[in-house]
Amino acid sequence: MDLAQVEGSLSAVGYGLAAIGPGIGVGLIFAAYIQSTARQPESARLTQPFLWIGFAVVEALALLGIAFGFVF
Amino acid sequence: MPSDGGEVVSGLAFVRAEEVPFPPSVHDFYPPSLVEGGGYWLTRFTLLVWVAVALLIVFFLLAYRDPKIVPDRKQWLAESVYGFVRDGVGREMIGPEGLRFAPYLATLFSFILLMNLFAIVPFIQVSPNSHIAFPAMLAVISWIMFMAVGVRRHGLVKYLKISLVPPAPWFVLPILIPIEFISTFLVRPFTLAVRLFANMFAGHMILLVFTLGGFALLNAEALFLKPISLLSWAMAIALTFLEAMVILLQAYVFVVLTASYVQGALAEEH
Repeated sequence: MDLAQVEGSLSAVGYGLAAIGPGIGVGLIFAAYIQSTARQPESARLTQPFLWIGFAVVEALALLGIAFGFVF
Repeated sequence: MPSDGGEVVSGLAFVRAEEVPFPPSVHDFYPPSLVEGGGYWLTRFTLLVWVAVALLIVFFLLAYRDPKIVPDRKQWLAESVYGFVRDGVGREMIGPEGLRFAPYLATLFSFILLMNLFAIVPFIQVSPNSHIAFPAMLAVISWIMFMAVGVRRHGLVKYLKISLVPPAPWFVLPILIPIEFISTFLVRPFTLAVRLFANMFAGHMILLVFTLGGFALLNAEALFLKPISLLSWAMAIALTFLEAMVILLQAYVFVVLTASYVQGALAEEH
């Protein structure tokens, strides 16, 4: 007898777990950028490329999760 | 956008609510051939790539056919795109030498931007970049370019030494060299391609979920679920604006990362 039954793909749950890490990471990156810009507004232009590079590198993890969720 | 089995009303494709396939799947990314009996490769993605290339060539040729000191609108647009990439990416990331790479970077930026934009243009609403093949080719070009630039600048042996051997004590080198090799020569092109692909793929998927989900809710048996479909469609519209931001950002990130790889290949120090 089935007491409880869940249908669908477990990869949705897996992706939810996998998104925690990149979520925290992206939050830290933007927090650091905002903080550095608040302390030294003239450095905003200087640090912006690094902001996007760091954001892109961390975000890649979340996107790998999406892609692999469909692959496997 | 659902396109199969709809009634055609005044030129727009309407799909009856009962026929909407709800959970969108990977199969939505494999449309049939455009021409009946034509090659399987002749899908709307192929057509969109041709259209993007043609649009860019025609636009930049027209904009610069007769350049003036006081630019007209076309020239202004072309110059601001080129100027943005040359100064904001080329010069800022690579340095004075970056001006040599500005034409390639600007072409790359406008091509990716235009291809991505197809994802939110009404009645197209899917970007060729949501197939891994197209970003993969772009990533391979960037990959070959930064390696070629490094080898031409330093020679093969010195380039490998610069990029693979970090200044570290000798006993950690057996671990560090493979890691550096993997991260520089294998992970870079892979992430470059997958980042662009996954962003466009996920964006299209999210829009499909909310648009088709609206129909699924409208079609639900429980009466109180029907009005929620309006909320779902409102979310689809809001997410289209988010998608617009992602489109710009990903085109920019691809170009910035390419520029930073080139800069790394040109640098003297590790």
